Amino acid sequence: MRGFNFNLWFGGFLTLVVVIGALFAPLLTSLDPVYDANLMNAELPPDGEFWFGTDEQGRDIFTRVLYGARISLTVGVVSQIINSVIGLALGISAAYWGGWWDDLVNGLTNVMLAIPSLIFALAIMAILGPGLLSLLIALGLTNWSWTCRIARSSTLSLKGQGYVQAAQTLGYGDIRIMATQLLPNMVGPILVISTLGIGAAVLAEAALSFLGLGIRPPFPSWGSMLTNARELIAIAPWATIFPGLAIFVTVLGFNLLGDGLRDYLDPHMRTREQ
Amino acid sequence: MLGFTIRRILQMIPTILAVALLVFVIFSIIPGSFASSLMSDGRGGADADMLARINAEFGLDKPVHVRFFEYITGLIQFDLGTSFKFREPVTDVINARIWASLKLSIAAMVFAIAIGVPLGFIAALRPGSILDTITMVFAVSGLSMPQFWLGLLLMYFFALQLGWLPSFGYGGGQLKYLILPAITLGVTPLALLARTTRAGVLEIMNEDFIRTAHSKGMSNARVIRWHLLRNVMVLVVTTIGLQFGSMMGQAVVIEKLFAWPGIGLLLVDSVAVRDIPVVQGTILVIVVWFLVINTFVDIIYAAIDPRIKQT
Repeated sequence: MRGFNFNLWFGGFLTLVVVIGALFAPLLTSLDPVYDANLMNAELPPDGEFWFGTDEQGRDIFTRVLYGARISLTVGVVSQIINSVIGLALGISAAYWGGWWDDLVNGLTNVMLAIPSLIFALAIMAILGPGLLSLLIALGLTNWSWTCRIARSSTLSLKGQGYVQAAQTLGYGDIRIMATQLLPNMVGPILVISTLGIGAAVLAEAALSFLGLGIRPPFPSWGSMLTNARELIAIAPWATIFPGLAIFVTVLGFNLLGDGLRDYLDPHMRTREQ
Repeated sequence: MLGFTIRRILQMIPTILAVALLVFVIFSIIPGSFASSLMSDGRGGADADMLARINAEFGLDKPVHVRFFEYITGLIQFDLGTSFKFREPVTDVINARIWASLKLSIAAMVFAIAIGVPLGFIAALRPGSILDTITMVFAVSGLSMPQFWLGLLLMYFFALQLGWLPSFGYGGGQLKYLILPAITLGVTPLALLARTTRAGVLEIMNEDFIRTAHSKGMSNARVIRWHLLRNVMVLVVTTIGLQFGSMMGQAVVIEKLFAWPGIGLLLVDSVAVRDIPVVQGTILVIVVWFLVINTFVDIIYAAIDPRIKQT
């Protein structure tokens, strides 16, 4: 196995499959995920026409799973971008400026780490109400603490480096130093934690939608499809199997990709683990 | 040691207060109130007089800072306010549910430890073997799987197809009702424990003192018992603590799925009807639980590993 980064390649492959499914959904199916309901076809098992079977309204589950990928990926990627921006901005500035600002950011990070992020997101969803925008806000504001920690500790170790001091001597502004001297030197670890964060956000979206707080029916979110499927589980188990499998494959893809990236960026870790 | 313990316990207080403030602020800016959700149950808009009366009854007509002050003073006396829905003190409402949650968390953790730790250990002793590969595939899968989906699948096979176990409910505390929710909740910590144990054993096996022990002629079994186990335990105990602390938070979805009457289900149901005092109370309990367990782990950690105390 040495030399071949299985996690990176397999994780990348799974992620690519999901991204292609989301992007080309209209080409891969001719049906509509919401409006093509036909009670004549309700609760059909998987066959040549309906690859994943149909749900209680006779909608094609394959179609709904494909369009569900769009929601999951949008929520996962956008909320993680918000998290990364918040975490980086707070972490770098806290370590660079130090003083009361550092204490404040540190305190806030500790509080954030003490509240389970799903519970926090649930509280925010309760206020904002269900919907895509609420999900982006709720998940984007609640999972930045690890990014912040990494950014802060990287900055602390980079701050004393010669090139940062050189930039200071040249009279660069603080923001410019943070953006051009510090930020590029932590891209690796931030990329790893962000990739893993997308997987976590996809899981959280599914859980919130399953609880009825995220994306509401009839829109095809994997989590809310499972809420419906629960009622039918005795007669139509395929309605449970496929949306869950889609979540699993997506999250597995991002997790393996994240692990693989870490091994790729830090070969020392890999040799040590084997 | 005593000083460390006391300092660590005192350090929790500001975090708890900050969380209380955060939770309070979040729920004070909600546009709709309990009164409006109570009134607008699909039978037209709310009647203004009625709204005012309900708001007055629950003290919601007072300004925010007065309510926060009252909230904190109550908190210090372990008074979390009165539930809008149940019309009982929140502490009573939570008290009636917390034992079910504790039972579920402990059962899930026991399951995770009993399988995860030995699995990770055996895998590490034979790195690259079939068993090792299976364990790692299993661990990565367990961490990527939506727990509630696994719960649904278990429910389908063991309750509906095989009929061995009840599919959901509390069943007055009978053991057979506990099994499926506990396995479902335990899978993620199980996977994490297997992974941590394996990584820990592999790392420590390469340490100098293990090589020394081997080279001075100590038997394999003795090396494992005297040197390896003790060092790996530090790592495993930390993981167990962190997982156990965050379990009540993770249990929310599982309790909803299995209709398990713990505080997670209480939280979800209270969010639905905007019973804010209960929502605030349950979130605080979940956070305090997490902090207490973490503090406890830190103290144990310091007790096991004398190097920690110096820092």
